[in-house]
Amino acid sequence: MISVPELSLVVLVGVSGSGKSTFARRHFKPTQVISSDFCRGLVADDENDQAATPAAFDLLHHIVGVRLARGLLTVVDATNVQQSARESLVALARRHHVLTDAIVLDVPEQVAIARNAARPDRDFGPGVVIRQRKDLRRSMGRISREGFRKVHVLRGAEEIDAAAVGYEKAWSDLTHLTGPFDVIGDVHGCRAELEALLARLGWQGVRHPEGRTAVFVGDLVDRGPDTPGVLRLVMDMVEAGTALCVAGNHEQKLVRALDGRKVRIAHGLRESLDQLAAQPPEFVARAKAFMDGLLSHYRLDGGRLVVAHAGLKESYHGRASKRVRAFALYGDTTGETDEYGLPVRLPWAEEYRGRAMVVYGHTPTTRPEWVNNTICLDTGCVFGGHLTALRYPERELVQVQAEKMWYEPVKPLGTGLARDPGTLDLGDVIGTRHVETRHGGRIRIDESNAAAALEVMSRFAVDPRWLVYLPPTMAPPETSRLDGYLEHPHEAFEELAAAGVREVVCEEKHMGSRMVAVLARTPEAAAARFGVRDGTCGAVYTRTGRPFFADTGPLTERLRAACAPLWDELGSDWVVLDCELLPWSAKAGELIRRQYASVGAAARAALPEAVAALEAAAGRGLDVGELLARTRRRSSNAALFREAYARYCWPVDGLEGVRVAPFQILACEGRATALEPHAWHLATLGRLDAPLIAPTRHVFADLDSPASRAAATEWWESLTAAGGEGMVVKPAVHAPGRVQPGIKVRGREYLRIIYGPDYTESLDVLRRRFLGKKRSLALREHALGLEALSRLADGEAAWRVHEPVFAVLALESEPVDPRL
Amino acid sequence: MLLTITNTARPATDLGFLLHKHPARVQEFRQSSGTATVFYPEAGEERCTAALLLEIDPVALARARGKGSPDFSLSQYVNDRPYAASSLLAVALGEVFRTARAGRCAARPELPGTALPLELTLPALPCRGGPDLAHRLFEPLGWEVEARSLPLDEGFPEWGESRYVRLVLRGSVRVADALNHLYVLLPVLDDGKHYWIAPDEVDKLIRAGEGWLRGHPERGLITRRYLGRRWSLARTALARLAELGDETEEHLEPALAEDAPPEATAADEAAAAEAEAAEAEATGAEAAASEKAAEPEVKVRSLSVRRREAVLGKLTELGATSVIDLGCGQGELVGALLSRPAFTRVAGMDVSPLALTIAARRLRLDRMPDARRARLTLFQGALTYTDKRLSGYDAAVLMEVIEHVDPPRLAALERVVFGHARPRHVVVTTPNVEYNVRYAFLTGLRHPDHRFEWTRAEFAAWARRVAAEHGYTVAFEPVGDDDPEVGPPTQMGVFTRDQRS
Repeated sequence: MISVPELSLVVLVGVSGSGKSTFARRHFKPTQVISSDFCRGLVADDENDQAATPAAFDLLHHIVGVRLARGLLTVVDATNVQQSARESLVALARRHHVLTDAIVLDVPEQVAIARNAARPDRDFGPGVVIRQRKDLRRSMGRISREGFRKVHVLRGAEEIDAAAVGYEKAWSDLTHLTGPFDVIGDVHGCRAELEALLARLGWQGVRHPEGRTAVFVGDLVDRGPDTPGVLRLVMDMVEAGTALCVAGNHEQKLVRALDGRKVRIAHGLRESLDQLAAQPPEFVARAKAFMDGLLSHYRLDGGRLVVAHAGLKESYHGRASKRVRAFALYGDTTGETDEYGLPVRLPWAEEYRGRAMVVYGHTPTTRPEWVNNTICLDTGCVFGGHLTALRYPERELVQVQAEKMWYEPVKPLGTGLARDPGTLDLGDVIGTRHVETRHGGRIRIDESNAAAALEVMSRFAVDPRWLVYLPPTMAPPETSRLDGYLEHPHEAFEELAAAGVREVVCEEKHMGSRMVAVLARTPEAAAARFGVRDGTCGAVYTRTGRPFFADTGPLTERLRAACAPLWDELGSDWVVLDCELLPWSAKAGELIRRQYASVGAAARAALPEAVAALEAAAGRGLDVGELLARTRRRSSNAALFREAYARYCWPVDGLEGVRVAPFQILACEGRATALEPHAWHLATLGRLDAPLIAPTRHVFADLDSPASRAAATEWWESLTAAGGEGMVVKPAVHAPGRVQPGIKVRGREYLRIIYGPDYTESLDVLRRRFLGKKRSLALREHALGLEALSRLADGEAAWRVHEPVFAVLALESEPVDPRL
Repeated sequence: MLLTITNTARPATDLGFLLHKHPARVQEFRQSSGTATVFYPEAGEERCTAALLLEIDPVALARARGKGSPDFSLSQYVNDRPYAASSLLAVALGEVFRTARAGRCAARPELPGTALPLELTLPALPCRGGPDLAHRLFEPLGWEVEARSLPLDEGFPEWGESRYVRLVLRGSVRVADALNHLYVLLPVLDDGKHYWIAPDEVDKLIRAGEGWLRGHPERGLITRRYLGRRWSLARTALARLAELGDETEEHLEPALAEDAPPEATAADEAAAAEAEAAEAEATGAEAAASEKAAEPEVKVRSLSVRRREAVLGKLTELGATSVIDLGCGQGELVGALLSRPAFTRVAGMDVSPLALTIAARRLRLDRMPDARRARLTLFQGALTYTDKRLSGYDAAVLMEVIEHVDPPRLAALERVVFGHARPRHVVVTTPNVEYNVRYAFLTGLRHPDHRFEWTRAEFAAWARRVAAEHGYTVAFEPVGDDDPEVGPPTQMGVFTRDQRS
């Protein structure tokens, strides 16, 4: 039985005619096997064109490299009888931190020659095989020292035919263990604190009554008062199967010292050596064997959790190489040292974008902080700080205070990484991207849309730390066939009922400007959750992320005051609200004057004169009757149009007259509340009582009841007859799947603002409108919005929240009929 | 959409002969944009009025519009075209009264050559530049002008006047000339044509303007606006006008540069385009500005050249051989760097894809020799995001860039440039706001997209703090004439990374 690592490069070695391809076909998937003949064919249209060999191997190396980078087992089917050929493959695998096994197929010369002779495409003589065998012979002596993890040699056709291939898991692969885990930071010989922490975590001896598994991040030893005690406890737990431990740099060095190798006795190594010297030799031997056998890192819980002493970047997860081990033990260092003589570390975590949570220690900080789904648990217990554990999957931190400062630190403890969560990386947003969302699957963002969004985001949007959500676009219903109507509630009800929605809420559509409000209770809460440390407590912005006014501070402050009851109601120090800012003219004054009032002014100046001229012509007996009637009608449409926009304008002086209608609580601490039923949103927000707050009128409708539908329709008629914009029909509770989260049904008069004063004259033409794209965008943007809120509520990193928000903006750059 | 033409010379109904439209009939003419109807509200011996009523189909208009239509208001679905006397009316008038415009009348050959007492009324004429511009354009042609601004909305008097005027022209003018005046000047006053401007527009303008445009004191403005600000076309027209009128091209050449002023980054240009769209109505100011811009433009141009030279000189002095221009705009500095072989690696980054496209075109990227091309990298990026591609250059240039960043986001820019990219040198230029008093026509900041402009003290304070936080030292230099009172128009900070950091 030949056993190869699950992720490895398998190099077949054997002369032409030794049966490599047959062997590969029998034991591996066709896609796993890359043969030199195949590559030669690709680059030369002839598998036997020896002149193409260098190009063929270039291609082979490229394919193998791409596969290994993607974590795929790969088999190279080439003769590989020369050392140089094998060397380059071993080096390639190393570059990808993948182990390499060789399988040598050694058949008698005559067998190979006979096989080649039987194949019409092999037109070379026996000399080739003889030469290759000579190379192979020469190789066999030293092949085991060429960097292969294992060299499997199969001698003779019989042994080759009988061989079976099995797979072994990487040592670091404990993905089948699902926990729950208690990951424990650097102990450094602090036995008492470790025992206290385990007790606080609920451990009884070496076992936890709920079957939890402890995972130590390494650096059990050195500096502290009782390294042997810590080792004994951890070894007992590991032997009992209730704990795992990865290697720390201090264990590594201690083993070397115990082996009698020359090491510099520093950084608390002296303490360990002295303490161990007082132990019986059997214990020292056991401890040394334990420490020597520790692995660089573990992948746990289906790969969702990675534990390594100094952390591990994503491309190293599950890989094995000296470089991976060095990274896991020492972190990513520049090779330079700082003014304290300590290595300068590179902030790999800041660039970490992997999905696995990485838990590590190594760098003592005063407070553990999440950085891009990674966390360092070394809180300097031995330096008088804390010993910290992370409960997984709860993401809960448990700490005990050090009894005393056991060891003087060389330099003061850092405050975590000097990182500002506002720093985003361009790589997180540009190019064609796929954003994974939990409520809408994987959403593709085109490169060109991302480019457009980058410009808008960079030049016009508010500070991205506040920009935690952008509202999705909303589709209108199917076009109504009712005489005189373009939109009517009937189609909205039908659409949602067909999607399986039983109850809807019809909310008044405020005719103002969409506004997202992000509010924090205190500057401290703003700093803690949003990383904004300039003392501001919130921000309000438009549907494209722009500030409403030059200074939105006063409005934010007023809104924060008005929303104060929410802090206790939600049990959160921050909240994100979806609102409408009223009146329309407060934000859109410029647009109204330029666009709407201008059209109205021109129409109301021109049409009456046209009517007068036509009346005069009619008076002369000219046949202008039809044109006159039409022009009169248009003149009255122009007046209605003017009424339509003027209704939503009222003068505001500063903030006097401005009102805010919050209609949904998007998120607060730990909760993406956007998923809550609308009844809860409206009731909670309905309790806000401040002059600034405008209520959102609404009715619920049972779609199974024609009477209930009729009542809601009547409500809509009365709203719009009184000049209202219309209503939004939403599933009363979150409807998963491809169900529109809201459908806007706009009033007849309001639509004059959208389709023009005379739209009622050409309804038949306008009914041909195409909703598909708008609807699809609405669904995708909704999923992205929910994703941003969920990530925010889960406390994920800034860039993780920014990604779906940016994606919404990118999708908004898609051209779509602006009247929809 | 409505034009009335009244003749008061007996027999007034001669107007019917001149217009080739019988006063007793109602005639309809299909237009691509809708239907034009000609009828006579009155047709007496003393007084005869012809009316041209153009009914626009806004839906058809919206459908017909090309992508990226040059006229902002047309890209919207709610627009004034059905009501205002715009270029659509000019086109209808041009077609419906084609024979009349040519001054031909087979039945009464003597009539077209006679000036008649005419009264032309346009109840809603979009007039960018206000009533004053209507006076300036029509009075030199012999018209008595009555132009009254229309209010935007009587219900909201605080909104002020609209961009429309009710225009009445009275004068003794030949009908053909009157029609040609309107044909050319309606789109000029509206300053936004509804179709793409093709080269044959120049011919149309020359034909319709025969006999009056050459001598018009505002011919520069008329030509520019008629041709929709497409300067290459405008130049052709101006050159041909010069041939006709024996004037030199230079004399007619407008002082404005063809493209955005060289100091404007592409970001500026996009912002300017947006600002222009936004204030398409800021009537008087805009017209006045474009007429008076000559002097400051010349000055700004020279300043931008001096700024570029100052930056180039500084980079040479610092011994930088690889330079990245952050916010490269249309690539002026990048081009200058490439032309000096000492700069072996040159990169340009801008946030605007449009700017980069223009830069690539201006630098003739597609036919650049390989050796030069290999020295150049152009890419989109944003200074508020960390970006590996910004690292590895001797020097980074932030020329007139920081003032386009919102103050709360400057911290991100500082981290990205000084914290992450960390080039050995960073050269920063920004306007000195103290100098603004020296610009006679300037109100507010120097560019609509500027988020701030700093005094020398403010810039120095910012630069020193940034330098201290990130391990740099900074030195300051003036760019442009260093005014003893208010300092130079542009201030430059040269940051150099500390040896030890």
